[in-house]
Amino acid sequence: MANRFSIKHQPGFTTIAATCFIVLYLPIVVLVIYAFNAATSTSEWGGFSFKWFQSAWQNTQVIDATLRSFQIGAIAAMFSTIFATMAALATTRTAPYPGLTFKYAAINQPLMVPEIVTGVALLIFFSRIKIFTGYSGLGYLIAAHTAFCIPFAYLPIRARLENMDLTLERAAADLYATPWRTFRRITLPLLWPGILAGLMLAFVISLDDVVITEFVKSGGQDTLPTYMLGQIRRGITPEINAISTVFLLLSVAIVTLFFFISRKRD
Amino acid sequence: MATAEEVAKAAERRDIRDRWLLSAPALLIIFLAATGPLLIVLVYSFLTPGSYGDVKWQFSPEAWIAVFLERDIFDDTLSVAAAHVTIFLRSIKLAVVTTIATLALGFPTAYFMATRSEKTRDLWLFLITIPFWTNLLIRTFAVLQIIRNEGIINTILLKLGIISSPIQILYTDTAILIGMAYVYLPLMVLPIYASMEKLDFRLVEAGYDLYATRFKVLRKIIFPLVKPGVIAGSILVFIPALGAYVTPSVLGGGKNMMLSNLIELQFGQGRNWPLGSALSIAVMIIVMVALLAYVRNAGKSGVRHG
Repeated sequence: MANRFSIKHQPGFTTIAATCFIVLYLPIVVLVIYAFNAATSTSEWGGFSFKWFQSAWQNTQVIDATLRSFQIGAIAAMFSTIFATMAALATTRTAPYPGLTFKYAAINQPLMVPEIVTGVALLIFFSRIKIFTGYSGLGYLIAAHTAFCIPFAYLPIRARLENMDLTLERAAADLYATPWRTFRRITLPLLWPGILAGLMLAFVISLDDVVITEFVKSGGQDTLPTYMLGQIRRGITPEINAISTVFLLLSVAIVTLFFFISRKRD
Repeated sequence: MATAEEVAKAAERRDIRDRWLLSAPALLIIFLAATGPLLIVLVYSFLTPGSYGDVKWQFSPEAWIAVFLERDIFDDTLSVAAAHVTIFLRSIKLAVVTTIATLALGFPTAYFMATRSEKTRDLWLFLITIPFWTNLLIRTFAVLQIIRNEGIINTILLKLGIISSPIQILYTDTAILIGMAYVYLPLMVLPIYASMEKLDFRLVEAGYDLYATRFKVLRKIIFPLVKPGVIAGSILVFIPALGAYVTPSVLGGGKNMMLSNLIELQFGQGRNWPLGSALSIAVMIIVMVALLAYVRNAGKSGVRHG
């Protein structure tokens, strides 16, 4: 060591940090290893095999739930990102105006309420609407997911807008561009990385949701996470490990992409 | 004729109106599918339970009484509902201990990350972000496989001869605690790291120049400066931990209920929607008290650091 006395050193902190990183990843690694277990029981190692991936692939319930998760996630992410972009444009780059604080609070409200409470509230509200209209499709889940995804989509878009240079937009206005043209040609292209980041965040958040979905879904509307919760409660087979492994890979891929997009601006 | 001032005022009014129109879709969907229904829960908590779930539209304070008290079915006397009180206290206790545990582990981790070189910092941040965005259910399931009787911890301890029979961790409060600390740790690390990254280490150096010990520097300089991050992290962990549903369902088994399981029960087999609603509002009240404490604290430290 070059420095005998480092001002940044605190005794034991590095050890705790190292332990934390190991502990964070160890269970996930074990989970992935057991997905390749040939044995039927999860308590012993029976050799390497892909058979649980095959059995998950042939399980129509798993495939149905996965497709439903993607469908809800894609629609909810799209709507929440569009709404969040509009809301971000309306709440940034301005002097404080009446109602601005209210808007911040309203947009972030879904983050402040425990999911169980929102789940119960939506169960009551939607069951009333179901009786009233007779509609019991995926619309309820999509509406619920859109609402709780908005604050997540809003975050990176707002951050991007606040760091954006106003000069180009002023120049466009000076050159007689209409506000819409300025938005299409200048603001939107500059904002694009933020919007993409918001879209991916919203998609991951929707894909991961268990609690609100569990309360809002009607019969036969299991998403992948609620299907897995049901299976885990019934007892576990390595098939759940296999599904989890694929799910994990997908999340890691999206997060990696997100990380690079949102880092790019620097 | 409009004066320049009037024109400017009209333009400003138009701008504000456009901004309301622009934010309307987001506000509307959040009101319809998140905020608004909370008001219905409040109304439901004052109604009479229906025979097959749902409610009868008849005012009754029974649900709120039943949150903490139970009525004797023979002589109508009220006594403390021991089961509910136990679940309330267990949930609050587990949420507080989870917050403390994640703080004890997360603070040094955030400090470690913030003191790396600029280049490697991104890598550490990435490593903490991955579990953060990984499905909570999958992470809870991963913990389940580690701590169950045939899991890796018990297997190793048995092989080493330290224990002769597996330790029962699963389906206990300890299991819920381990699970919650595990899944919520990144929520604590990230905001502390965000504060820590901005820390000016010249202040730390000044502390050492004035003969402060390492512990004193930590306590008097570093901790006060990153306090906003610590408070934000604590709130981010406490709120979901108090209302945790997945972790107690998977790791706690049927006996070790938390508030969310008790609420779910009222909407399932319990068929007592008003009681479930009253319990939900009670959770909301605890959360709001915590949030108010946060806002007041954040306001105070904001003033102090300019």
